[in-house]
Amino acid sequence: MKRWRRDIAVIVLFVGAILILTTSSDSGVLLNFLMMALYATLLAQAWNILGGFGGQFSFGHALFFGTGAYIQSIAQMQWGLGAWAALPLALLGAAMVGIFVGALSFRYGLKGSYFALVTLAFAEVFRILALSVNFTGAGVGLMLPLKESLANMQFGSPRGYVYLILVFVVLALLISCWLRHSRFGAYLQAIRDNEDAARALGVNPFGIKLGAIALSAALMGAGGAFYVQVFHYIDPGLAFGPHTSVEALVAAIVGGMGTLWGPVLGAFLLHGLSDITRNLFGQLPGINMIIYGLVLVLIVTFMPRGIAGLSATLRARLGGRNG
Amino acid sequence: MRTRRIFMTQSAAAASAMAFPLIGGAQPKTVKVGVLHPVTGALAYSGQQCRLGAMMAVEDINKAGGIKSLGGAKIEALLGDAQSQPQAGAAEVEKMNEAGVSAVVGAFASAICLATTQAAAKHNLPHVVDVGVADQIVERGLKNTFRFGPGYRKCAETAVANLHVLNTLAGKPARTVMIIHEESLFGTGTANLLARELPGYGYEVKEVIKHANPTRDFNNIVLRMKAVNPDIVIPANYYNEYALLVRTMQQQKVQPKAIYSVLGGAASSYKFVKEFPDAANGIIDCNHWFNPKDKRSAAMRKRVEAQGQFFSYEVFMAYTATRLLADAIERAKSADRAAIIQALENSTFSDHIMPYGQTKFINGQNTGAQPLMTQVQKNDIKVIVPREFREVEPLFPMKA
Amino acid sequence: MFDSAILIPSLLNGITTGAVYALIALGLTLIYGVLHIINFAHGAGLMLALYGVYLLKERLGIDPYLALPVMVVGMFLLGYCLQRLVINRASHGKDENILLVTLGLSIIMENAALLAFQSDTRSIETPYTLATVTIGPAMIAVPKLVAFAGALVVSAILVWLIQATDLGRAIRAVAREKQGAKLMGIHVDHVYAISFGIGLACLGAAACFLLPAYYVNPQVGNGFVLVAFTIVVLGGMGSFTGALLGGLLIGVVESLGGLYLGESLGQIGIFGIFILVLLFRPQGLFGARS
Repeated sequence: MKRWRRDIAVIVLFVGAILILTTSSDSGVLLNFLMMALYATLLAQAWNILGGFGGQFSFGHALFFGTGAYIQSIAQMQWGLGAWAALPLALLGAAMVGIFVGALSFRYGLKGSYFALVTLAFAEVFRILALSVNFTGAGVGLMLPLKESLANMQFGSPRGYVYLILVFVVLALLISCWLRHSRFGAYLQAIRDNEDAARALGVNPFGIKLGAIALSAALMGAGGAFYVQVFHYIDPGLAFGPHTSVEALVAAIVGGMGTLWGPVLGAFLLHGLSDITRNLFGQLPGINMIIYGLVLVLIVTFMPRGIAGLSATLRARLGGRNG
Repeated sequence: MRTRRIFMTQSAAAASAMAFPLIGGAQPKTVKVGVLHPVTGALAYSGQQCRLGAMMAVEDINKAGGIKSLGGAKIEALLGDAQSQPQAGAAEVEKMNEAGVSAVVGAFASAICLATTQAAAKHNLPHVVDVGVADQIVERGLKNTFRFGPGYRKCAETAVANLHVLNTLAGKPARTVMIIHEESLFGTGTANLLARELPGYGYEVKEVIKHANPTRDFNNIVLRMKAVNPDIVIPANYYNEYALLVRTMQQQKVQPKAIYSVLGGAASSYKFVKEFPDAANGIIDCNHWFNPKDKRSAAMRKRVEAQGQFFSYEVFMAYTATRLLADAIERAKSADRAAIIQALENSTFSDHIMPYGQTKFINGQNTGAQPLMTQVQKNDIKVIVPREFREVEPLFPMKA
Repeated sequence: MFDSAILIPSLLNGITTGAVYALIALGLTLIYGVLHIINFAHGAGLMLALYGVYLLKERLGIDPYLALPVMVVGMFLLGYCLQRLVINRASHGKDENILLVTLGLSIIMENAALLAFQSDTRSIETPYTLATVTIGPAMIAVPKLVAFAGALVVSAILVWLIQATDLGRAIRAVAREKQGAKLMGIHVDHVYAISFGIGLACLGAAACFLLPAYYVNPQVGNGFVLVAFTIVVLGGMGSFTGALLGGLLIGVVESLGGLYLGESLGQIGIFGIFILVLLFRPQGLFGARS
């Protein structure tokens, strides 16, 4: 039981470090980096809850992201709600979509690649629908009016956004921590490791997995709502396109699936990498992405358990030699 | 001992230089300008063409002596890659801001421009939009945003008005219209405007077909065209789809009275004309175009083609946007951002190759901006409307 | 609602378009069926193959159909080396790692193409590019008819390969029971690499049939990936007949969907089928119940 205390302590340290960086620096680049890295972290954490702890790989997590983003926009622009009132709706809406997809998929026993592909298909279906209906603005998308104020969740200084995303990240960290140490989390991981055995022991896989996907979807929806508050514009491609789905799963896997800090490490590393390489060799566009791809392959080759699992990997390697 | 004394003397000199940086009217050696485009990802071609145009302008300005009112300070371009994603564009703006740019030129795509102009506004960084046709870009009340070229509302309105002129002059042979547009911001926005304007002029919009990006096959759309048999087909899409559509029409031997594009992706494209002369013949486009009467445009075209590139609209749009900015810096007599914004607001820039006349910005939009109507005739693209820029008589309808 | 003058050409269009989809899906279904990996790099592989066909035509004047042997062999070698030297080494056999490796490879391939060929769209001109054949009320483009024939031939060859040759038996053994196959003396890594190679070779063939009616640029592969996945699932992972018939079916669904719902919304038919198959018949039309 003491381990969760240690986890909380590290979370507090992490928050402290971010706060110190944020308050002590005036650099737009650093603050923007922190904001986007934390945003990428949230997406990875959301994915990790279902994929890492739950073992259900999703290729279409953008489905929940886009739902959150659209609800956040529509609630403000068409239902006249304030940004803070819209936020819980966005999370709820995303969770409901998660439950819908989860209920269908788990009821029909979809696992592994089949589950991954069905999430991808749902994301595409929503993208195509969003292009055709009016209330999403169809192809034109939705543009949130610019009105900087705390009440409007729009901040002039990136600091405000860093604090906002930090709240979500901490929430996700606490949820992940809870999954690590709670009974629910234990059931979830048991289902991940061997669903039949878990069922035989009296665990209800359907209910547990549904809970996990709801949590995962809600957090992803929070990411979508955050995106809209920062960039003020959403369209079907940005909302439901594969880019966000891939971003979430890559960071989680590279960082270390099923761990508390994996998504954080993976998101910060990959985001930093993409930032650094973006303008290397500015004259020859494309080289930056090749480097990114190479590093990705190398990381996977030499850190098969992700960054967070590095110590385990090293132990296995070294332990093997010492026999 | 001696080295210590020298060190002290040199440090003192350095310190006083830092304390009085502008003694004796010392001027900045360069003016940093951010050049931001999606040079990788889905929009790579357009982004790279834009960058080409902007860099040509920087080269020309520097060769002609730089910013004279700043003692010949050269423009130093800081290149940015928006990676065809709004968030990457915004991140680049932050980097450029920190690197001390005085202004930003970019970012081609409307969705990306929305993000970059916003990011720039937070630092009161002047942002000249080179293409970005969505009207929302200049309608948000951002004081730092300036668009030199026309938005899609202007293009749609001009296109419809000119269609009516052409049609009336030819004896009104065309009455029915079919609009084929790509599904995202630019295509949908343009199609909506067209569908709203056309009936007012007496045209019947028989069908509006929206297609995906990318569309792998246009045979079914062309089938619909055969069935509906519109007098005029109006495409509004990107290069690949436009080219595939028109070639499929050619293959299926579907020839409406006119193919009349509005911001057509391949319609006024030298690349398309060169590669598919038969399919391109006779196509009319209402699009960004340079002033054909200005001799410098022909010279620029030769210069770009000598580099093995096509003289596409991205090149001359970005080129003139950059020159607009340089002109503003010149008149601001300063690399200070607020001064440049002020200079842009009051800009009367007219020494350019676009058919916009004298620049006048109202709420960030150049009111003189206008698209031109071109037609592909004899394997070349010629301006047909308005009369003051006309190079050849329009051939309307293409077939009776 | 639509009369036969529109419906029949639409169906024929769908079938011929679907044939090209099938060619792309054939390779993917083999890779999935044997290696059990979802190949994220399949679209990029198609793109490289298309550039190969383009270069052979533009630089050496070789007609795309005549380039078939070169492309098939070339892509096979590329696939074999990629699997043996990169994917196998990098992924340590873990599913999620294979995913990331193929994703990384696709990023590298797409941007290497961007660097090498720049981003503009290229197409080729052949004497038959615009030729059509009249079948009833329809005018079907010649390249698409050839693609249809090609899909039939390639599927037949693959089915023969898998059912009637020793190599095919080895592949089937490895696909069904890797450890057992190893114990029987089958060199599993080699078989994996051959399977991946054959998968990419199919893309080589697909590219030869596709380029005359289409174009190539560094991002061109992305437009086909989701459709290919749908067909693999619909036909049954690992079944060539399934990929062929699935491809034709999806082509028709896309065509009719476009006709009745509009080209943009009509795409939903493809993914609707994808979801329905996954939920109610995940083994697909011809796959074995696992």
